[in-house]
Amino acid sequence: MQKTNTIHPSWRSKLNYYIQHGDRPWNILVISMAILVFILIIIVGYLLWTQSSAARQQFGWSFILPTNNANWDPVNGQFQAWPFIYGTLITSLVAIIIAVPTSLGIAIFLAELCPSWLRLPLSLLVELLAAIPSVVFGLWGIFIFLPAVVTPIGDFLQETLGFLPLFAGPIPVSGASRLAASLILAIMIIPTISAVTRDVFRAIPQSQREASLALGATQWETIWRVLVPYGLSGILGAVIIGLGRAVGETMAVTMVIGNSIESSYSLLRPGYTMSSVIANEFAEALNQTHTEALIEVGLVLFFITLILNILARLLVWWVSRRNPQEARA
Amino acid sequence: METTMDISTHTTPENPHLSLAPLEVGSEPSKSGTTETKIETVKLSVFYGKFKALADINFMIPVNQITAIIGPSGCGKSTLLRSFNRMNDLVPKSHVEGEIRLDDQNIYAQHVDVVDVRRRIGMVFQRPNPFPMSIFENVAYGPRLYGINRHSVLKEIVETSLRQAALWDEVKDKLDDSGMALSGGQQQRLCIARALAVEPEVILMDEPASALDPVSTLKIEDLMQSLKKDYTIVIVTHNMQQAARVSDFTAFMMINQNRAGTLVEFGPTAQIFTRPKNKQTEDYVTGRFG
Amino acid sequence: MTTAIEPNTFPVSQTAEGHKRYIQPRKNYASRQRANAIMLTLTGLLCLLAIVPLFWIIGYVIYRGGQYINLDFFIQLPKPMGVPGGGVLHAIEGTIILSLLSALFSIPVGLLTAFYTAYHPNTVLGVIVRFGTDVLSGMPSIIIGIVGYTLVVKPQGHFSALAGGVALAILMLPTIIRTTEEMIKLVPGTLREGSLALGAPEWRTALKVTLPAAMTGITTGFMLGLARAAGETAPLLFTALGNDRYEIGKIITSGVQNHLSIFQVLGNIFEQPIDSLPLTLYKYTQQPDPALVNQAWAVALVLMALVLLTNIIARVVIMIRSPQSRG
Repeated sequence: MQKTNTIHPSWRSKLNYYIQHGDRPWNILVISMAILVFILIIIVGYLLWTQSSAARQQFGWSFILPTNNANWDPVNGQFQAWPFIYGTLITSLVAIIIAVPTSLGIAIFLAELCPSWLRLPLSLLVELLAAIPSVVFGLWGIFIFLPAVVTPIGDFLQETLGFLPLFAGPIPVSGASRLAASLILAIMIIPTISAVTRDVFRAIPQSQREASLALGATQWETIWRVLVPYGLSGILGAVIIGLGRAVGETMAVTMVIGNSIESSYSLLRPGYTMSSVIANEFAEALNQTHTEALIEVGLVLFFITLILNILARLLVWWVSRRNPQEARA
Repeated sequence: METTMDISTHTTPENPHLSLAPLEVGSEPSKSGTTETKIETVKLSVFYGKFKALADINFMIPVNQITAIIGPSGCGKSTLLRSFNRMNDLVPKSHVEGEIRLDDQNIYAQHVDVVDVRRRIGMVFQRPNPFPMSIFENVAYGPRLYGINRHSVLKEIVETSLRQAALWDEVKDKLDDSGMALSGGQQQRLCIARALAVEPEVILMDEPASALDPVSTLKIEDLMQSLKKDYTIVIVTHNMQQAARVSDFTAFMMINQNRAGTLVEFGPTAQIFTRPKNKQTEDYVTGRFG
Repeated sequence: MTTAIEPNTFPVSQTAEGHKRYIQPRKNYASRQRANAIMLTLTGLLCLLAIVPLFWIIGYVIYRGGQYINLDFFIQLPKPMGVPGGGVLHAIEGTIILSLLSALFSIPVGLLTAFYTAYHPNTVLGVIVRFGTDVLSGMPSIIIGIVGYTLVVKPQGHFSALAGGVALAILMLPTIIRTTEEMIKLVPGTLREGSLALGAPEWRTALKVTLPAAMTGITTGFMLGLARAAGETAPLLFTALGNDRYEIGKIITSGVQNHLSIFQVLGNIFEQPIDSLPLTLYKYTQQPDPALVNQAWAVALVLMALVLLTNIIARVVIMIRSPQSRG
C-alpha cells in the first residue's frame, strides 16, 4: 500500500502520473519532429537560394542562358553555367531514350510473361542493379566499360554520323565522353523505371486482360493495346522518377564524362554536368564568388529536380482522380 | 439459304496451323426438324493441377438457341463455360482431357490456334469490363485487330454492333465519351457490342446480369432473345427463374463426391423445369436445396 | 467455297438477312502471330540484357578486387605514395562512424515524424511533411552535401565527421520516414485501439505495441536506407572530406596519453575530417598510381559485399513477409 502524501506527492506517484498522462509531451515531441522535418525541407531550398545571392546578383540570367562561348573562369571571376546545364540535360535525355523502351520491355516481361518461378529471382536481380553504389559503377566504367563498349561505339558513330554536330569529333581514347555518361546513366536508371512500371502493370485488373483475350487478341496485342494505355500515366510517372535520378546522379557521371568545358555539343566529346562541377570544384573553391557560383549551379539543379518531382506527384494525383479504381491499386 | 463468303481457307501448305472450319452463319435447322449442334463436349474433364474440377461432361449445345447452365454455387458452371473459349488456359497448370468440338472440330487439338477460337466464341463477363477508351474505340477494338482501320468502315461496324446490343440509341451522340462513364447496364451492353463486333458464332455469358439492377437485367434478357437468331448463346446463371424465362435448353450441374463438377441432366428448358428426369434436378429446381 | 475478294471492299459479304460481314480473320493472321512471337521474345531478351551489367560488374569486382585483398588491407592505414602495401582501415572505421552518426540523427527524428504522418496524414502539417519527404528523397545527393556544408562545415570552420553524418542523415531521413509510416499503417488498427482502450497512454501504445508490431518492416527499411547511405560519396566530398590518417585506436590512446577528457577525445573522433569506403574508392581512382587503383578494386569488393548482402537480406525479408501482411 503506497503512502500518498497529498500535499507533497512522492516522486513515485509523480512518475506514475506522468507515465499515465504522458500523452501531452508525447504529442508535442511527435509534432515537433514533424515540424523539424518540415523546416529541414524548407532549409534546403532556402540555403541554396541565400548562399548564392551574391552570385545571382552579379551574373543574373546570363548565368544559365545558352551561349556558345561559355566562360567558367574561377581565377578571373567569370561564371557561366550553360555547359553544365547542357551536359546534364543531354546525358539525361539520351539515358532516358535508351532506358525507357528497355525498362518497358523488362517490366512487361516480369509482369506479364515471366513464368512464376522465375519472377522473384529475376526481379531481385534487376533491383540489385539499383543497389550498386555509384562509385562502383564509375570504377567499372572507367576501366572496363569504356574501353570495351563506349570507345568502339563512339568510333562507329563518328564514322557513320560524324557529320552531325551531335556526333562530331573523335571520341577520346579513354572513352570519357558524354556518351559514356549517358550509357552508364541508362544502366543505372533502368532498374528504377522497370520496378515502378512492373508494379503499375501488376496493379491492372485481370478483367482487362480477360476482356481483350476473349475477343481473340494475342498476348502482345493485349499488352500493347490495352495494358500500356491503361497504365500509361503510371508509366509516365516512372519515367519522370528515372529522369530525376539521371539528372541528380553525380559520381559515376563525374568519373566517366571527362570533366571538360570544351565548347562542343557532341556526345562523343568529354563534357561536364552540373553535379560533376560541384563535386569537382567545391571542396577547393578558390574564393567566395567561386563557392557561390557553384551553389547557384546547385540551385538550378535543385529547381530542375523539384519540378520533375512535382510533375510526378501531379501525375499520381491526376490518375487517382480520373479513375478511382486505379487509385485503389 | 444465305450466301456466305467463305474467306477462311482450310489448311494450306503455308499455314498448317489454320484450324477451324469455314464461317457459316445462321444455319437453319435441318429438315428433319432436329437442331444442329454447335458445340459438343465429349468426355470433358478439366484439371487445375492435380485437382479435377470437371468430371466427364458430355452434352451438345444446339445452334441458334439459348442454353442455360444452372446449378448450386461452386459446381463448376463457370469453369465449364470458360473451357468453351479456352479461357481456362490462362490459369497456370490447368489442362483438359476429352474434347470440345466446335462444328465437329476439337478446339483443344494440337495445332488449334486459341486466338481464332476466341474470336468465334465470344464472352461476356459477370462484371462489365469495358476498356478505358471511348465507346467507339471499345467496340472498334476487335475489328482493328483484324486490320480494319478505315474510319468509315469502323463506323459502320460500330453502329451495327451497338444496334444489335440495343445500345445505339442511348450512346449514338456520345461515341467519344469514355466507356467507363456509362451505367452498369449500359457497360454490359457495351461489352456485348464489343463481342459482337468480331462476328462470333457463339456468345458465352457468365452471369451477365448478376451485377446489374432489375431493369438492366430485363434489357439484357430481351437482348438475348433477339440475338439468338444469329448466334448461339450459352449462359451461366445462378438465378433459376432467369434460366426458365430466357433459355431454350438447360443443363443442370452438381458437384459429385470428389468435388468435381458433373452434368446431371440436360434437356429442353420446359422439360427440365416441369418434368425433370433426375431426382437431383427436381430437388434443385423445386428449391429444396441450392 | 471461296470467291475472289476485291481488296478493301467492305463489307466483304452479306447474308440473306442483310447481315454484313466485315472481318476477314485469315487476312493478317500470320503477321499477328509473328508480331506476337517477336515482341514477346524481345522483352525476354531485354530482361537478360539488363542482368548482364550486374554480373559483369560483380564479376570484375570479385576478379580484380579479390586479387588485392589481404589481411593488411583491413588492418593497416594507407602507406605514403609509392610505398607498396597498406590498407584502408581508415575508410572502414570511417564508414562505421559515419553510419553510426547518420543513424543517430535520422532514426529518432524519422520514427517520430512517421508517427505523426501515419496518424495525421491529412492535416496541413501532415500533407506538407509527406510532400516534402517525397521531394527530399528525389534530391540529388550532392545538393544534400551543400546543405551539410552550409549547416555544419561553414559555422565550424572545418570539415568533420559530424558534417558528413548530418548530410547522410538528411539523405536517409525520407526513406526512414516513408518506410516507418507504411509499416505503422500496416499494423491493424485493432491492436492500437485495444491498447488505448485498456487505458495505456498514446506514447506507451506507440512504443510498446505499434512499434514492435512494425519492427521487422522498419528494420528492413532502415537497413536499405543505411546500405544506400554507406555507398554514398557525393555528400561527403565537402563535408567529411576524407582523412587517411584517421584511426580510432590511435585517437583514443593518444587521448589517454595526453590526459584529454572524454569530451575532447569524442571531439577528436567526430570533429575531424573522415574518410569512408566509397570516398576512398573515388579518390584512389583519381590518382595516377596503379597500386592505388588496385586497392580501389579491393575497396569496391568490400563495399559491394556490404551493400549487396544488406540489400539481399532486406529484400528477401520483405518479399517473404509481404504475402503475410497482405493476407
